[in-house]
Order: sequence, then structure tokens, then C-alpha cells
Amino acid sequence: MNTQFFIDYAWIIPLAPLVGFLINGIGTFLKLPYVRSKTVVHTIACGALLLSFIFAVGVFLHLSSLEPEARSITRYLYTWLQVGSLKADAAFLLDPLSSVMMLIITGVGFLIHVYSIGYMADDPSYSRFFTYLNLFCFAMLLLVMGDNLLMLFIGWEGVGLCSYLLIGFWFKEKANAQAGMKAFVVNRIGDFAFLLGMFLLFWTMYDYGHASVTFKEIGQHVGLIKDVEVGGWPVLVLVGILLFIGATGKSAQVPLYVWLPDAMAGPTPVSGLIHAATMVTAGIYMIGRLNFVYTLAPEALVVVATVGAVTALFAATIGFAQNDIKKVLAYSTVSQLGYMFLGMGTGAYAAGIFHLMTHAFFKACLFLGSGSVILGMHHEQDMRKMGGLKKYMPVTYWTFLLATIAIAGIFPFSGFFSKDEILWKAFEAGGHISSWYYVLWGLGIAGAMGTAFYMFRAVSMTFYGELGARAHEVPAEEASHGHDDDHGHHGHGDHTPHESPKTMTFALSVLALLSVVGGFLGIPYALGHFFHVPNFFEHWLEPVLNHGGGHHGGHHSVPPIEYGLMIFSVAIALTASYLGYLFYTKRQDLPKKFVAKFPKLHALALNKYYVDEIYQALVVNNLLRLNNFLSAFDAKVVDGAVNAVGSVVRVYSRVMGFWDATFVDGLVNGVAQLVRQLGRALRKTQTGRIQNYLYVAMLGVVILMIWRML
Amino acid sequence: MEHFPLLTFITFAPLAGMLLVALMPKEKLNWIRWSALLGTLPSLVGAVILFLDFDRTTKAIQLAEGPYKWIEAFNIHYYFGVDGLSVTMVILTALISTICIIASWKITKQVKAYFVLFLLLETGMMGTFLALDFFLFFIFWEVMLLPMYFLIGIWGGARREYAAIKFFLYTMAGSVLMLLVMIAFYLYAGTFNMIELQNQAIHLGPLSGEHFRLLCWLGLFIGFAIKVPVFPFHTWLPDAHVEAPTAISVILAGVLLKMGTYGILRFNYQIFPDITVDMAYWMALLGVINIIYGALCAMAQKDFKKLIAYSSVSHMGFVILGIASFTSEGINGGVLQMFNHGTITAQLFLLVGVIYDRAHHREINGFGGMASIMPKYAVWTTIAFFAAVGLPGLSGFISEALIFLGSFKTYQGLTAIAVTSVVFTAAYMLWTLQRVYLGKENEKYKAFPDISRREALCLLPLAAIVLILGVYPKPALDMMRVSLDGINEVLLKHGDRVATMLQSIP
Repeated sequence: MNTQFFIDYAWIIPLAPLVGFLINGIGTFLKLPYVRSKTVVHTIACGALLLSFIFAVGVFLHLSSLEPEARSITRYLYTWLQVGSLKADAAFLLDPLSSVMMLIITGVGFLIHVYSIGYMADDPSYSRFFTYLNLFCFAMLLLVMGDNLLMLFIGWEGVGLCSYLLIGFWFKEKANAQAGMKAFVVNRIGDFAFLLGMFLLFWTMYDYGHASVTFKEIGQHVGLIKDVEVGGWPVLVLVGILLFIGATGKSAQVPLYVWLPDAMAGPTPVSGLIHAATMVTAGIYMIGRLNFVYTLAPEALVVVATVGAVTALFAATIGFAQNDIKKVLAYSTVSQLGYMFLGMGTGAYAAGIFHLMTHAFFKACLFLGSGSVILGMHHEQDMRKMGGLKKYMPVTYWTFLLATIAIAGIFPFSGFFSKDEILWKAFEAGGHISSWYYVLWGLGIAGAMGTAFYMFRAVSMTFYGELGARAHEVPAEEASHGHDDDHGHHGHGDHTPHESPKTMTFALSVLALLSVVGGFLGIPYALGHFFHVPNFFEHWLEPVLNHGGGHHGGHHSVPPIEYGLMIFSVAIALTASYLGYLFYTKRQDLPKKFVAKFPKLHALALNKYYVDEIYQALVVNNLLRLNNFLSAFDAKVVDGAVNAVGSVVRVYSRVMGFWDATFVDGLVNGVAQLVRQLGRALRKTQTGRIQNYLYVAMLGVVILMIWRML
Repeated sequence: MEHFPLLTFITFAPLAGMLLVALMPKEKLNWIRWSALLGTLPSLVGAVILFLDFDRTTKAIQLAEGPYKWIEAFNIHYYFGVDGLSVTMVILTALISTICIIASWKITKQVKAYFVLFLLLETGMMGTFLALDFFLFFIFWEVMLLPMYFLIGIWGGARREYAAIKFFLYTMAGSVLMLLVMIAFYLYAGTFNMIELQNQAIHLGPLSGEHFRLLCWLGLFIGFAIKVPVFPFHTWLPDAHVEAPTAISVILAGVLLKMGTYGILRFNYQIFPDITVDMAYWMALLGVINIIYGALCAMAQKDFKKLIAYSSVSHMGFVILGIASFTSEGINGGVLQMFNHGTITAQLFLLVGVIYDRAHHREINGFGGMASIMPKYAVWTTIAFFAAVGLPGLSGFISEALIFLGSFKTYQGLTAIAVTSVVFTAAYMLWTLQRVYLGKENEKYKAFPDISRREALCLLPLAAIVLILGVYPKPALDMMRVSLDGINEVLLKHGDRVATMLQSIP
């Protein structure tokens, strides 16, 4: 099979969802008859993604048929922007990294599109949903396929737009609309730094004769500026940190993670696709793409790793106390993204990207599973009102359980391979980079323990025990609180939970399978060499990430401690999983005792450390106060000054008018009636203002003449 | 005559239209409307021809008409011409004017007088961008002022007279300064010819004298700054916008504000490049104040239209920052921003007009859920709002990114402050979107009809331009690039002054 075809037509990958967006979007906007048919709408939307997926596979096949060094192809479309020293093309970069991302986006994206057929079946805005979903895939594909920073940024903001639209999809609820706005604005704080980082990189490279935004050229010449300093800081460290701040927005890291939990207001497929599998990983992708910058800026890498590790643990602790199933998964996503950054920040780029992929599988599976539960429970998200769902929804249960084992990091599920690789690299970095990485490793291990615990807590509360056995724990004021999925899905007579339709269970099953076996793509050398199985994933990415993936070349000997840590982390994951299971099934008294003993600690985690409240008080309220102050200042002081000048001129013209009437007119009176009439007529044209106008003009000319003479 | 006088045609065709409207019987409203549209179309056609014929490879003045002797005693000429700086403005003016005629279809008060004044205004605007004789320029500048005064003062809202007089006097104050400089030029250089005035030989001779030059520069700058408007001369703008009828707000924001930045580039930059270099930092500072101050004030507004007015203050600040950066990126971004702001803000004012026509108020908090009631209207709004937010893929992003990129090279600290506006702009635009369009629908407005065909027709070309230039900005950039790079190079020739200026940056 000639796979060159797929390279030539690689632009179809982003184009297909764009066309899907246009067809469904225009149809929805103009209320054309074809969008009334749900079959037409979802066939177009899912078909577009399937087509993209096929082409993404084709690109992958073609790249893998080439020599590793040749696996980088730029497909130029047109020159997008050319001004001064800036030249940015609309061009796609097809290489191992972008091809992995393309496969994830189109593959998982396709499954989630199919899932949505069932999930959104009764929604009145069915076609609008698929329109947005296709637009999102288009933007996300631009992000990972662009060959330069500016195209990445278009995609970066484009996915932000779609995220905004989809979080606020049910915008009649004020809270949903606000969540969308929060997501966009918080992301923009990150974008602020991201833009500055881009500018700084661009102009520093310009000083060394290589101003460019394309990744290839930056990669080739970035070495020139590795010793350049700005204000005492190595410029690449500044660039790395600024770009990373952008990533903390998009990829929900401390301190900008606050939008992601609120983003759960969107329909659940959106949470799975955008807020778990794809968009939020853009920051990790960005660092992988610019790994040559980060490798030259080790201090920036320490910042990345530290923020990642702190976020991984911090978010996990919040996950302990949440009762909303989607909120648990949201904090879990924040935490897992932290692991990815820990990996990137350790210089183990391939490991970070590997976790990105396995996470896309198991977290998408978990979110879609939660969606299935929510649907089965007739729009209930509070886990305290669930329980015992195992017998009502077997497929959902089994897939959810498998994905949970995967995320908990239990051998040999996918999460084990990717997470353990990151933790091992962090530990290793503690030895040969800085002992600070030992601390980060410790945070990571603690977070991993937390992950296993809260995930099995969620499984237990949802699927084990008896349905509604915990409902009395829900405080009265929350009991009547409606949740996001109030729209559509009416008319279920009975309230027995039910299994979800085939489209949904199909997607769940495929993702669960991937969660189980996905890890085998990246078997670490320590395990693989027994069976002569290489680490496919790392080898695949090697041409792009050749600076990373371990700081000391070949894998000739495996330190015994690597096996020790592997066993240690699996043991920890198993223990924590068991505790999570035990505390929320047989020994429900234990967590209650804990809460009774440390009520403040529990309240802290339950209320997410009051971070939202602190931001509201410190940032938002003060900003609003400043705005009101400035607005009043504008009206009273600035405009007041203008009006004051106006008043002065008016008084002055009155005086002049009086002078005119009394003296000038008096003179005229003395001459003759006719002349007086004429004078009056003239005076009417000569209002105070025009007179002033001329006086001032004359005065000015005089001043200018004097200046000239000086 | 060597070629068809296209520029004269574009400028005076609306005047012919004005006569046509004047001949129409007063009570035949539709005749008046159609003839007004007919009166503005020739300019639009002329603008399209200009777009097609414009030579993108030269920075020289093109399609020049004149200089023909006009008032010989004072060496005043009739002199028209176009270059990369003015060409996009002429196209913008023709487009916005046509759209505004359509947007004014439902005006019922003294329809004939309205369109007569409107077409006179169009001639004034076109002439301002095309005149190359200072005296001629000044006449057009004043001609534009008068109809504007009446259009706000007669067809405006409750406080229309206050707003109209404020607008008039404020601009007049600027005109006085401009007039002074013009007289000074005549007295010392003996010419009104704007191209001759760029000849630096004059500046070494009769116009030399550092203080004198600085004073002239300031006179021109303040005159134009009022129009932009640059802080602290901006307070006429919110008043004028709030009171003006929709179409007039569109003209005001879409075209008139650009005359300020156009004037700065045409006069300050080209006649006094040396002083411009000296003052560049202060201009950039004012630009940044405009950007941030305008955005923060916008966030505090409760009146929808006032909010958009302050957003204009903020967005015009980008132009000042960009052109003050001496970089090709900055100056091209700045002039592109003039065009983009014209198309985007015109949409914003049209959109406010749509809702005002139905609800007869503009309280942001008085709506809610309009997206459920008027879904198509909400789509148009979303496009325009995100264009104003500077979303990549739409035209506003290109100009903002170029401006920031350019100014970052010259003023890192100031640019860092300016870039915070990406947060503030998103905040005030999306907050407005949320309060007016999202949430529960307001029972009072449930019966509102969705956007009409006529209203959509006004928005369509603007939205299309915003989308096309976002994806493919080349057509706009190609027209302006050579001329603007030429202007920038003249600035950079004063290398020693640039160096001094950059060193003095705190």
C-alpha cells in the first residue's frame, strides 16, 4: 500500500472535522431541514472524525516506513503572515510526536463522538453539540499539527473557544455560563505569559540572526542563545517559565487549575474529550514540542517538575473529599496532568507523553463511565445517592473498574507503565541532577497513593453496597440541588438505574481495552529486556525528543533499585486501593471517625482549600473595585476637567459679550441707526466662541513667530 | 487628464447622491432611502476598483490628481492621491458608509435631512483620507465635523445636544491647533503641499529650530489625539457614542477615530520624523494607558453602548502602541488594527443597535438569556465579540499580535503591561456576553423577533472580512506594507535619536 497518499493529503485530517463543523453549523444556524435528522447530524460528525482517524493512521504508517531520521515532513499550504522579520506559514509538521497526538485526538475523539450519539440523544440542541465537537477537533488538530508557534497558538486559543462554548453548552443555567467564562479568562492569564515567552524567544533569536517561529528553525538555532541573559536571568529559562505559565492555564496546574473543576458543568462527553483526554494535555505537548528549549534551560525544568509534583499531590487530596463523581474525576485529571509535567520537568519527555496517552485512554473511559452512571441514575451526580450500581449497569461497572485499576497504577495495566516510568525518572534525576528531585518523587508517590485511594472510594460508593444507602448523608440544603444534565432525557417513568445504549457501551469497551493493554507499547527496558521487547513508544518518539528520555544514553545495566521501586509503588497502589475499597464498603465507620476527629482537615479538602474564595476576595473583588474607581475617576476627574474648561470658556465669553454689548455696541450706537443694525447682525455671527477661536489663533501665530525668531 | 480621476469620483460621488436625495419629495421615504443608497454605491464600486488596481509594490503616492492650482494667491492646490497608508481607510470608509445607509433604513425622523447630512459626511471622510494638500485636508476635516454635529444633535438620544456640542467643541479645539501649525507651515515654508512638506530640505532650512518643531509636532499630535481619542482627551467619546443613533456610532467608531491615527502617521510621522522618534516613548506610554485604562473602565460600565465605547478607547490604544515601536511588525499591525477595529467595532455597535431597537434600553443587567430568544443574533454576536477579544483565526488577533510583537522589541516593560489586556478584554467581553445573552431568558423579551434580514445584511460583509483576514491577512497587509515600511525606515534614519530615546526609557 502506498502510504505517500496520506502524507500528500494530510491536510484532510484537520479539514474533515472543519467541514463537518461547517455542514452541521450552517444547517443549525439557518435551521435547514437536514439537521432535524439526528442520523444525518451524527453521521456527518462521526464520519468526519473517522476519516481523520484513517488518515492519521496512514500518516503513522508512512512515517514508520521511513528511517527514524527522515520521520519529519512539513506540508506547506500557504504563507499565512509575513511582516518584517516575522514569517509564519500555514503548514503542518508530520513527525512522530504530532502523529501520536493525531492518533489520540482522532481515535479517542471518534469514540467520544460515537458515545455522544447515545448520551445526547434527547438533547434539543443535538446538532449544535456535534457542531462544537467537530470544531474542537479541528482546533486541537491545528494545535498539534502546526509547524510553528503561531499556529500552535491558533489551535491553543481555538480549543479554548470550544471549551468555552461546550462548558456553557446548557447556557440557560447561569452557573454553566459562568463556568465557561471562568475557564476562558483564567486561560487567558496563562496566555499572557505565553505570548511574552514567544516574543522573548523570537527577538532574542532575532538578535542572533535567526528570528523564526517555526519549530524546526528554533530547534536548529536555539543553541546560539543558550548563554544569553536578560536582567541576570538566562533568557531560555525565562522563555521556558513564561511558556510554562501558559501551560499551567491550559493544562490546569497550580495556581491556574481552578477553572477545570468548574468546567464539569459541560456535558460529560466534553469532560472526557476536552477536559481529560486532549485539550488539557496541550501544555504537555507544547513542552514536548519545544523540548530543545527546555533541555537548555534546566532551571525551567525544575520549575515545571515542581509545579507538576505539587499539583499531583495537591489535587489528589482534594479528590478524597468530593462527592460529585465528575468532580472527583476532575481533580484526578488535574493530578494526573501534574504527573505528566513531573515527567517533562525531569527531562523524561517520552515518559510524559506516554502518560498523556495512557491517561487519554483510562480517563476518557472513566469520564464516559461516569456519564453512563449519570444517565443511568437519571441525572444524578452525587455518589452518596448511588451505590450498588454494579448489578444494574454491568458494562459500565466493568469498564469503570478496569480504568480505575489502570489509573491506580497496578501492574500490568497501562497506568502502571506510564506513571512508574515518570516516578522512576524523577527518582533517578534525584541522583544525577539535584536531590530536589527526590522530594518531587516523594510527592509523586504520595499522590499515587492518594489516586488509588480516591478512585477506589469512587468505585465503592458508586457500584458497591446498596442503592441509595448513603443518601441520608446528603445535607438537606443540597438534596434538592439540581445538576447539569437537567436538560433532555425526560419521560423515564421508573427511577431504577439502567444500562446505557450500545453506542455508549461500545466506546466504553474500546477505551477499557486500551486502558488495559495500552501500557505494553512502552514497556521499560528494565522489564522488556527479559523478553527482548523494546520500548516501542520511546523509540518512536526518539527522533523528536532525542535530548530527553534519560540522561545517560544506553540501557546497559538496570540498577536493582529500579525493581525495588517498581514493587514498592505497586504495593502502595494495592494497599491504597484496598483501603479505598474497605473504607467505603465494610468499614464505613473508619472515614467517619476520621472526619469526626479532624473536622477542619476534612472541611479544608471538601472546600478545595478555599482557593476559589481566596481568588474571589483577593483578585476578582479588587479588580472590580479598581474598575469602579477608574470609571468614577473618568467621569468625575477627567471629564470633570473637560467640563470645567468648558465652563471657564463660557464665563469668559459672557464677559466678552458684556464688553461687546456695553462698549463696542455703545460706540456703534453713537454713529447711526443703519450702522447699528449692521453691527447687530454682525454680532450675531460673531458669537463668543468664534471670537475666541480667532483670538487664540492669532495669539498662537504670534507665539510661533516669536519661537521662530529665538 | 492622464487617467480617470478615480479618487475625486470616490470623494464627490456621495455629494451627487446628496443632491439626488435633496431632489426627492419629502414624504416619499423609500425613494429617499434608495437614492441615498444609490448615492453611496459609486464610492463603494470605486473602492473595489481601487482595491484591484492599487499597486502594492511602491510606497509612492498613486493615482495622483494634481496638484492643480486652486487658490493661487496662497499657493493652495487641489491635490488628491493614495498610498498604502490611506488605501485601506478609503476602502473601509466606502464599506462602512454603505452599511450604515442600510442600517439607517428605519430612521423615521426627518429622513431626508438625515441622508443629506450623511452623504455630506461621507464626502468629508473620503476627502480627509485622500487630500494631500494641507488646506484641502483641513477643509474636508471641518466639512466632516458639521454633519456629524447635527447627526448626533438631532437624531441622538436623550442627552444628544450635550453630546453633540461636546463632540464639536472638542474636535474644534483640536482643529485650532492644527490650523495654527498649518498657518505656520505656510508662513515659513510657503506651501500646503503635504508631500513637499515631507522633503527634509525644508526642515533643514525654514522649518528648522528644535523648539519650533516640537511645538508644531505637539499641535498636530494633540489635534489628532483628540480624535483617536488618546487619554486624557477621550471623554467626548463615551458621551457621543451613547447619544448617537446606531449608524452614526458605527461611523464614529468605524471611520472617524481612524482619522486621528491616520493624521498622526501622515503629518507627525512623515513631516517630523525626528521629533516623532523623540516622542515615541511617550506615545507608547499613552497607548498603553489607553489599552489598560479603557479596558478597566469598560469592565465597570452598565450601559452596553458605553462599554463598547470604552472598548474602542482600549483598542485604539493598540494602534498608538504599534506605530510607536519603530518596527515593521508594529506599524503594519497598527494600521491593520485601524482597519480591523473599523470592521469589528462597527459590528459591535450594530449589534447593540439591534437589541436597543427592540428593548429601547441598553442596561447590560436588564437583559439575560437573549441567546435563547434570538439564537441567530447570538451567533453574530459571538463572532464579533470573539473578534474583539482577539481570538486567533479572526482578524483582530493578527493586528494585536503584530503590535505586541513589534512593541515588545522596543519596549519590553510597557508591552508586558499592555499584554495583560488579553485577560481584561476577555473578561469584559465575555462577562457582557454572559449577562446579556446567557442565563435564563427574560420573560419580558420572549416575544422579540430574531435578527432581521436587513440587520444580518449589515453584519454579513463585516463578519466575512473578519473571518477571511484572520485566516488569510495577506490582501490587507500587502496593500499597506511597502508604504508603511517606508515610513518606518524614515524614522529609523534618525538612528542617533532612536538610540537616545531608547536609552532614556526608564
